[in-house]
Amino acid sequence: MEIIYERPESLKDVRTHYCAGCGHGVVHRILAEIVDELGIREKTVVIAPVGCAVLAYDYFNFDVCEAPHGRTPAVATGMKRVRPSNVIISYQGDGDLAAIGMAEIIHAANRGERITVVFVNNGLYGMTGGQMAPTTLIGQRTATTPMGRDFRECGQPIKVCELLSQFEGVVYAARCAITGPGNIIKGKKMLKKALSIQLADLGFSIVEFLSACPTHWKLTPREAVQYIEEKMVPCFPTGVIKDTIK
Amino acid sequence: MTEKRLMSGNEAMAEAAIRAGCRCYFGYPITPQNEVTAYMARRMPEAGGVFIQSESELAAINMVLGASAAGCRSMTSSSSPGISLKQEGISYIAAMELPAVIANIMRGGPGLGNIAPSQSDYFQAVKGGGHGDYRQIVLGPSTVQELVDLTVCSFDLADEYRMPVVILGDGLLGQMMEPVSMPGMRHVEIKEEEWVLSGCRGRAPRLLRSLILDPGDLAAHNLHLQEKYRRVAAREVRFESVFTDDAELIVVAYGTPARVCRAAVAACREKGIRAGLIRPITLWPFPREEISRLASQASHILVVEMSHGQMVEDVLLSAEFRVPVSFFGKAGGLTFHIDEVIRKMEKTNQKSKIKNQKAKSKKQKHKSKP
Repeated sequence: MEIIYERPESLKDVRTHYCAGCGHGVVHRILAEIVDELGIREKTVVIAPVGCAVLAYDYFNFDVCEAPHGRTPAVATGMKRVRPSNVIISYQGDGDLAAIGMAEIIHAANRGERITVVFVNNGLYGMTGGQMAPTTLIGQRTATTPMGRDFRECGQPIKVCELLSQFEGVVYAARCAITGPGNIIKGKKMLKKALSIQLADLGFSIVEFLSACPTHWKLTPREAVQYIEEKMVPCFPTGVIKDTIK
Repeated sequence: MTEKRLMSGNEAMAEAAIRAGCRCYFGYPITPQNEVTAYMARRMPEAGGVFIQSESELAAINMVLGASAAGCRSMTSSSSPGISLKQEGISYIAAMELPAVIANIMRGGPGLGNIAPSQSDYFQAVKGGGHGDYRQIVLGPSTVQELVDLTVCSFDLADEYRMPVVILGDGLLGQMMEPVSMPGMRHVEIKEEEWVLSGCRGRAPRLLRSLILDPGDLAAHNLHLQEKYRRVAAREVRFESVFTDDAELIVVAYGTPARVCRAAVAACREKGIRAGLIRPITLWPFPREEISRLASQASHILVVEMSHGQMVEDVLLSAEFRVPVSFFGKAGGLTFHIDEVIRKMEKTNQKSKIKNQKAKSKKQKHKSKP
């Protein structure tokens, strides 16, 4: 019998703590598959953020380092500079990357650090109870925007990939939606390219995943996928935003 | 040892770090320690190491965290306001048990304060600074040569105990030039120890973390850290004693004020005052036992600091109130003149003599009662 689907070696055989319908599980799976396919498990180090994915070290079957909230790209920088032959992945959520860690991500990108950023954007702070993030949509209700986000009070959602694309050090920036198999396969291709860019020592690469948080969106997993397609994608267009080595 | 060179404290410290095998330096501009960053920018690439001018103090300390997790001797330096910003990272480094060297060339505070010398960050350095129950080894050099020697030592201590080590100097020490002899260049490999993150080739994956959700597990981790700190406290106390054998008046001072105090003690000896000096070299662990021992021998202790009374609290705890402890301090960037220290010592000595005489006559009165 031919095996056509199995657990990647880079993913431990354990249950995750993620909620039903959460995008982290899918992103973990994609990342683990690519790490296996590229044969880089033994030289990969993931820097885990503060947020829901802090426990990623329980799931990935390679080295993991924690970082203070938002400082993941700085920790990744220190690590990559010491061991340039390692593959360093900065795994971050939207609060971690675009709020408290905005300075670190912008400067790591501008320096063209040879790291890859996996950016999981679900439009709010999941772990702390669903507060507004820099990526919360206008009108979206969260624990701290009970009447919906008002741009006059809270500004507009920050488009991270478009923002970082301005820097020459950024070689590749792409966004995909974790909705159906088609989009997930597209996202996997993007992330594989991003990691290949690091392996070729070309510069900074980032892939943003629009990811569901049914728990704090107060939707069923099915409704949450629909929400991504109908509400998030119009604000955060999917596709390759920057690719200097086409 | 090579021949002596005239160097500023800041540049000497940077060169000493490189000679001790430091191959990663991350820094952000702040006076009065900018010479460290500028020196490292030029010298680190020559030595085959990494220099990054970081976007912030937060980034600098976290780059140290990453570089140290990858096994490299790593350092950052700053001055007071910048050190405040690094506290978050230092707490994580302590929790994750990573070696790191952090130099604080202290300036006047609080707030932006000024760029003149100060010792007002003593509490922040020796009592923790960041959140959580952790310690860092704190070294207080008083000459440029000692700054060089302790810089080398700081990397060894950081590696041995896998914890942050702080070099606590003041702006005066960073800026002044003195002749120094540099140690030879040490070749230190990137570490491949059992905790270093290098990719899991031929071994199980490793994890460096500070999040320990289970209260029992975090309690155990805290006990493990405390056990390590007790080991450090038992083994690493360093201090210098000057004329303390028969001293009645003990002066306690560290860093550059200790140099003024040393001269003042010598001058007081000539005047017939039996004075001595204790100069803590490790501020944590503090030379508690030695000060406790001297508290039973001396009749008065005088603490001299460029702050409004920080180390004096550790002296009080060490002396256990068995002997009067006086304080002479100033902050804001003012330094001590030898004459004012001598005057303060004479006054303190006079006070303690009068007190002793009163106590004696009281005793005699008791004795003379039938």
